[in-house]
Amino acid sequence: MVTPLVTWDALPLLVVLSSFVPGIAIMFLREEQEALRTTLNLVGALAKLVFVSLMLQGVAAGASYEWALEVLPGLSLTLEGDALALLFVTLSAALWLVTTLYAIGYMQGHENRTRFFSFFSLCVTATTGIAMAGDLFTFVLFYEALTWATYPLVVHSGTPEAVRAGRSYLAYTLGAGTLLVVGAVWFQVTVGTVNFSPGGVVDAMAVDAEPLRYGILFFLLFVGMGVKSAFFPLHGWLPTAMVAPAPVSALLHAVAVVKAGAFGIIRLVHSLFGIEVTWQMGATTVIVAVASFTIIYASIRALAQDDLKRILAFSTVSQLSYIALGVALLDPMAQVGGLVHLVHQGLMKITLFFCAGLITETLGVKTVSAMGGVARRMPLTMAAFTIGALGMIGLPPVAGFISKWYLGIGSLGAGVPWVIPVLLASSLLNAAYFLPILRTAYFDDRNAEWSGEEARRGLEGDWRLVWPAVVTAALSLGVGLFAASDLSPLSWAILIVERGVL
Amino acid sequence: MTPFELWTSVAVFGPLLAAVLALSGRPRILRIALATGSASALAAALGLWGAVTHEGPGRHLLGGWGQPLGIELWVDGFATAMLLVTAVVGSAISLYSLSYFGDLSELSVRESPAGRGARYFAPLWLLLWSALNGIYLSADLFNLYVMLEILGLAAAAIVTLAVTTQATVAGMRYLIVSLVGSLFFLLGVALLYVEYGVLSLEALAAAEPAGPAAAIALVSMTVGMAMKTALFPFHAWLPPAHAGAPAPGSALLSALVVKGSFFILVRLWFAVYGGGTEGGLFVLGLLGAGAILWGSLLALRQTSLKRLIAYSTVAQLGYLFVMFPLLLGGSGEVNADAWSGGMLLLLSHALAKAAMFLAAGNMSYAVAEDSLPAISGIAHRLPVSFFAFGLGGLSLAGLPPSAGFLGKWLLLRSAIESGAWGWVVVIAGGGLLTLGYVILVLRYALDRKDAPDDYRPVPRRMEGAAILLALVAVVLGVRGVEVVALLQQGAVFPW
Amino acid sequence: MTSLDLYTVAGALIFALGLHAVLVRGHLFWKVLAINVMGTGIFLVLLAAPARSTPGVADPVPQAMVLTGIVVAVAATALALGVALRVTARTGAPFLPDPDDDREGGG
Repeated sequence: MVTPLVTWDALPLLVVLSSFVPGIAIMFLREEQEALRTTLNLVGALAKLVFVSLMLQGVAAGASYEWALEVLPGLSLTLEGDALALLFVTLSAALWLVTTLYAIGYMQGHENRTRFFSFFSLCVTATTGIAMAGDLFTFVLFYEALTWATYPLVVHSGTPEAVRAGRSYLAYTLGAGTLLVVGAVWFQVTVGTVNFSPGGVVDAMAVDAEPLRYGILFFLLFVGMGVKSAFFPLHGWLPTAMVAPAPVSALLHAVAVVKAGAFGIIRLVHSLFGIEVTWQMGATTVIVAVASFTIIYASIRALAQDDLKRILAFSTVSQLSYIALGVALLDPMAQVGGLVHLVHQGLMKITLFFCAGLITETLGVKTVSAMGGVARRMPLTMAAFTIGALGMIGLPPVAGFISKWYLGIGSLGAGVPWVIPVLLASSLLNAAYFLPILRTAYFDDRNAEWSGEEARRGLEGDWRLVWPAVVTAALSLGVGLFAASDLSPLSWAILIVERGVL
Repeated sequence: MTPFELWTSVAVFGPLLAAVLALSGRPRILRIALATGSASALAAALGLWGAVTHEGPGRHLLGGWGQPLGIELWVDGFATAMLLVTAVVGSAISLYSLSYFGDLSELSVRESPAGRGARYFAPLWLLLWSALNGIYLSADLFNLYVMLEILGLAAAAIVTLAVTTQATVAGMRYLIVSLVGSLFFLLGVALLYVEYGVLSLEALAAAEPAGPAAAIALVSMTVGMAMKTALFPFHAWLPPAHAGAPAPGSALLSALVVKGSFFILVRLWFAVYGGGTEGGLFVLGLLGAGAILWGSLLALRQTSLKRLIAYSTVAQLGYLFVMFPLLLGGSGEVNADAWSGGMLLLLSHALAKAAMFLAAGNMSYAVAEDSLPAISGIAHRLPVSFFAFGLGGLSLAGLPPSAGFLGKWLLLRSAIESGAWGWVVVIAGGGLLTLGYVILVLRYALDRKDAPDDYRPVPRRMEGAAILLALVAVVLGVRGVEVVALLQQGAVFPW
Repeated sequence: MTSLDLYTVAGALIFALGLHAVLVRGHLFWKVLAINVMGTGIFLVLLAAPARSTPGVADPVPQAMVLTGIVVAVAATALALGVALRVTARTGAPFLPDPDDDREGGG
């Protein structure tokens, strides 16, 4: 038996502070203090990774971490490092590091980098807080904080489209946030606690007695989480928010915002109501139906797009619903599939966004139709993109295949075999919009003006943008290839389900 | 001398003596006066915090004379919380005013408008501070009246320190409303005295005022205080006055002065009248809801930054009145959630609104104009003030982490507990409206295309004061327990 | 009707008259005067208050209140007249310009 290296209860707090402190410090730097800003960013990102690793080791060895600060009588800011929290926290800590590296390169020459990196760190702070929230109060606190911390990033460029996107983002998320807060308070009044607990805290008898009350309560919380997790018809803000700089898109789509929503659905179904009660209320059926519809609908919408980032955005909408679909099925295999897709989708989607940003930044190419010949100019980038795209389609051995496999098996186990055709259709649709991109990039001749080509004649682009994409692509491939290893996200997801901490 | 005797005296007489000192008008003396006034108010608030926490509410008979002829000071958790927030906001405003009115050593230009502001702001503000502390500590109705008048006169005078014609007119209108409001209050005091022969809040509460005379007195005093608190529909005087005053004046008027009369309303309704009638509380809540709606909608239509913030004050004051019907929660028992929640909103508004007005003052100081288009792109030039404004807005809208979020959580909980779904909608919806106008400002400020090239550099002290207050509002958002514990020390609810 | 009620009602009436004038009269000097009339009404109510206690024994409290009230009123009147003069100097007339309407934006 391994022993935990560190059993200090404030470890979760350190994880949160490791991005909060740099975020605040950067806010007070001057624009030209670039070295100091970069140092702060990287030290924070590395420190977070170290703290998370220590916690991972500890939890794997059976320890648990809980830190609480009483904020109001009976309400505490509670941070818990358990297996489920760590799944999400590890993802965001690892991807934060790569995204920071990418962003440092990408934002070179952009204005207002101080503000950008400050809010960037605050976003990750909020995300880690969401991941480790030990109760609904803490969750809501960080969830709402994430909303406002992201806004300056979405409108960063200050162009009219960015400002419009920001408005749409806020309208959706703040409206949903209001419902979430009302729902959370109501939950506290109704159930008497806001603590997260494996198997849920809602009493099945109470639900039987007042089905309507609990139904509305569930609905409020579901909508509150559903906007960030971009369920149809609450997904409208996500494709619009594409105007943000590429690192922000990566953050929105892979690390922070949408993941916070999906994670919220997991908490709602498993830690608050409990999957049994949710099933008994009939809510799982609703979630599975909404998720299935979203999967298909968003894929069809993606087919009609030409803008690369918009395709990726609709693909995110579609892929996210896999997570909700999996965790809402009453079957351990499906739940493993849903949980592990949280990580897999993050890795693959961030790769795709890194590449898209890289291509736009280097060649000025934004649309699929203009992508002819890109693979010859930027082979490494396109290789990474290809891995991501194939993973999204679900081809083995890339990560996406693992998720879909578990989801498929699980849906049989849960007695909803009609999910399988949905998964198949989605794979076909994914292929239908990703393969043409690859075809154009690999086989067509250059068919558009490339900006900046004269300035940088070499292959690829800025190495600081290329390497993060290559690393995440390798990871997407690796977690699929070595899924059976003890260190893979899949093993961790299985551990979560087996330990019953879901 | 007990700590109560010491610190209540310091709270009232510290700023008062400093005000007298400040009348000298010499720049050095002004600085010393502001520093000692702020320091004494801070020390008194902290001292009373300690005393009230350890010994519960306390009293001080000035000069050993008891009621009815003597003046009695009385302090509980509610009063201490108000003293504390006033001390924090007040100190920041004092700091800010040192730079805002320009280099004080150039006061030889005494008759120039700027020189007048520099010379008279400090004494007026310190006098006002003393009156505010006096209101929090007063134990009898007539004392409240006198303090209220000093407060009103000093506040109106501060508005007229601004150089514009609009400010002068707004100050005149404010003065008239304020005087009439005070007289409504005094009429109520007189009626109560005729009926019960006592003035002390405690003795009146013991007499359990009821019947037509007591009711008329309550209505009259409530109307008077509603006028001074700018409760919808008595709000029309507020936006021009608060927007017209010099920036530190706007901050103290919006953050503190309106709270003085609100404080009296709470004392009256709950300490003296034991909750009054449910119908009355409901009407006040309804007016509060009207204020939230009307104030927010008008804030959205403003083209001047300070006016937008002033209308936001009208809306946010409405929130405080929504607390009234929830306090009794239909069950006749005091709802502790509503009380803590409402008070947290009050404290958070004081801090956040002062931060926003100071930040807005910085922005218009930089571009020498107060319109929204003029501050386009200011976020890129004054990031600290921009953050101060944003954090203040965050707290105002009840987004976490902020005291406003905790307050809203508790207020919502009290509403849901008593099944008052109408109020739930008001509280939740009001937050969205608040966000609407806060974001309106942020959008202008972030707009890069019109970022001003040449602007007047803003002294660091002014930026520091604004961000300090905003940060306090945020930090309070994770330390609500202390506030709640303090508020429970007390005699606001004697039954 | 006892004498006490009579004074109270009379005082309230004077208060109401004063209030009416504040609302209706446009001239600032009239407004300031009317505010003083309102105060006088309250003083009347207060001065009659001792009648409720034992006849022949003076109650000093209302007298102290009225005295203080007069001091406050003098100070308030002085400030109000001062500001009124400045309004006159700036706008050219001793009247408050139309209140800038709620709907109107600029300041």
